[in-house]
Amino acid sequence: MTFKRYTVALGAMLAVGVAGAAAPAMAKVEGDTIILGSSISLTGKYATNGLHTQRGYDYAVKVINEAGGVNVGGKSYKLAVKYYDDESTPARGAQLAERLIQQDGVEYMLGPYSSGMTKAIAPVSEKFGVPMVEAEGASRSLFTQGYKYLFAVLSTTDLYLPMAIEMAAASTDDPSKLRVAVAFEGDPFTADIRAGVLEKLAEYDMKVIVDDQLPADLSDMSTTLTKVKALKPDLLIVSGHSKGAATAARQIDEMKINVPIIALTHCEAAKVQEKFPNAATGFMCPTQWVENISKSDKYFGSASDWNAGFKKEYGEFYPTSVPYQAAQASAAVIVWKEAFEAANSFDKDKVRDAISAVEMETFYGDIKFSAAGNNIAKPMFMRQIQTDGSYKLIEKFGDMIYPRNVNY
Amino acid sequence: MLDTLQLLFVWAPVVNIQLILEGIFIGAIFALSAYGLALVWGVMNIKNLAQGDFVIMGGYMAFGLNMYGVPLFIILPIVLVTMFAYGWIIYLLMIKRILDQDMFVSLLATFGLSLLMQQVINRIYGPEVQTIDMRLPVFEMFDGMVTVPSSKLLALLLAAVIALAVVIFMKRSRTGQAIRATAQDPRAARVLGINVDRIYAFTFAFNSALCGAAGVLVSIIFVIQPFYGITYSMGSFAIVTAAGLGNLPAVIVSAFGIGLFTKYCGFFESAYEYAAPVAVLLAVLMWRQVRMRKNRQVVR
Repeated sequence: MTFKRYTVALGAMLAVGVAGAAAPAMAKVEGDTIILGSSISLTGKYATNGLHTQRGYDYAVKVINEAGGVNVGGKSYKLAVKYYDDESTPARGAQLAERLIQQDGVEYMLGPYSSGMTKAIAPVSEKFGVPMVEAEGASRSLFTQGYKYLFAVLSTTDLYLPMAIEMAAASTDDPSKLRVAVAFEGDPFTADIRAGVLEKLAEYDMKVIVDDQLPADLSDMSTTLTKVKALKPDLLIVSGHSKGAATAARQIDEMKINVPIIALTHCEAAKVQEKFPNAATGFMCPTQWVENISKSDKYFGSASDWNAGFKKEYGEFYPTSVPYQAAQASAAVIVWKEAFEAANSFDKDKVRDAISAVEMETFYGDIKFSAAGNNIAKPMFMRQIQTDGSYKLIEKFGDMIYPRNVNY
Repeated sequence: MLDTLQLLFVWAPVVNIQLILEGIFIGAIFALSAYGLALVWGVMNIKNLAQGDFVIMGGYMAFGLNMYGVPLFIILPIVLVTMFAYGWIIYLLMIKRILDQDMFVSLLATFGLSLLMQQVINRIYGPEVQTIDMRLPVFEMFDGMVTVPSSKLLALLLAAVIALAVVIFMKRSRTGQAIRATAQDPRAARVLGINVDRIYAFTFAFNSALCGAAGVLVSIIFVIQPFYGITYSMGSFAIVTAAGLGNLPAVIVSAFGIGLFTKYCGFFESAYEYAAPVAVLLAVLMWRQVRMRKNRQVVR
């Protein structure tokens, strides 16, 4: 009797085990649906941008599915994304990535939001050999780790601000005479941006007269700006996420800082043109994407078509402009479609090789991955805030208002 | 380093004026929150690690009301009253239960409160940096080298009025006298008929209201973010440690001193600005240790 009961129990355990092992194999492609997995920040400090990203993914999935989905082996498949909320916590992100791969059997990943979260998740997808196409982790250091399964559609941080330096150099016959003030936060993401800036400044032999490290809880940068005021540099560069942009804009206004070129990151995210319309006039702001570039693809049409379509779908959340975070998220989904069709297989290594060979034009810009996994075909864009608060694309020195024209 | 010194004293000595003014503005805010901290510490022996978060909460309340177009002279009393009520509730729910416990319990409990407040504010207002831009004129001096926004002058004036009101209240009113009596000796105060429990609740609520006022000022002259409280907590602790408990003039002098010190440190390197209060805290503690050691008598 006891023996029989043990046998039944053992049988049941085995059955559960087999079912458990079998389930993941079914999960990557269920019926005619390909499941992509993503751990994304839907709550916590990155929630705003996490939601932009999720909507970008969802919109692309919808458009691609409506256009016939993904064609593999002569059969049409739909795309779907399985999300988990990582609560903006790297440790949770890594845990959820593992759950997506091990428990849910996902074999194709879309990235999370932010460089920090990507840094936490990439080692997990790498360990399991699961390719991840990400759209929101720009830190250069992500692509120096030798990862084989990580691909990013966006430009890396070192490209954020060099364009502003090139513009400054074009403003004079002797760029080496230019004096520059820089202020950066000390976190890894901003430190990467700083490295790119200092490299470019050295290239032109420009003199750095202020090089301040801004603290993480940045509510006052008047001391840095006092120095700027006294030393009168030709170019001022500030980067410290949205809070850095907001603090800088507010105090540049209050202290009436007059520097011919002021470049700062995260202008749009901090809405400086709305909150500080006066001071923000003439700010040079880098962006990953603009809705009026002349790039297009067969799924979304041109950049402005994507913009219009996305606004139609999610207009209630974006009454004025659509953040680039959503656009690049959509671009990551296009990469998956192209890769599946090029590989003509669901084998994750074949698909990985197909991603690595992707070379195409999309509404978001050109996409071609380096051996390290970053997109080397798409440039960063520089825009200048106009008197009416709009952003104007600046492609060469002649396009910009120089010196910055502001009436305090 | 040498360049910065030359800039300060040779090339452009007027920047000193800008730094001194900035030091005074930040000092005025520190003074309000530090005095509240000193009160709670002195009267109830509670070390409130959530002090800065009370400041930020006041700032967000002001920001929220400003979004609905409420003018500043109405925002300030609303925030004072609401924060007073909030402080009283927190006292009843939490502080009352940890009054007689040891120091670590009060540190841990208020640290927990700090985390909770940060997350709730983050949940309601989101993580973006916010500010109230009153669009007031900016005064310029010395050929534009020194700028003084009138919003900062207004904040300084309000801080002075509040500080004066607090001094008069503590000296003249019966409640103020009862608070001072309780701080000196709670048992004796109880014997003399003072309702010590009520005084404790009042003191904590009063501190909360003072922080709320400081928060309103922060929101009109700097920027606020749910996780910025730590700056004001650190500043307040450093000031109270340097000034001692329950001594308002010393708190004010120490607040302006630390305000100036942080600005001068920040002029050499922005990051030092935030290290400065901690450095003062350490220096004061070490100096006290040395001084106490001199007077320490050992019975053999």
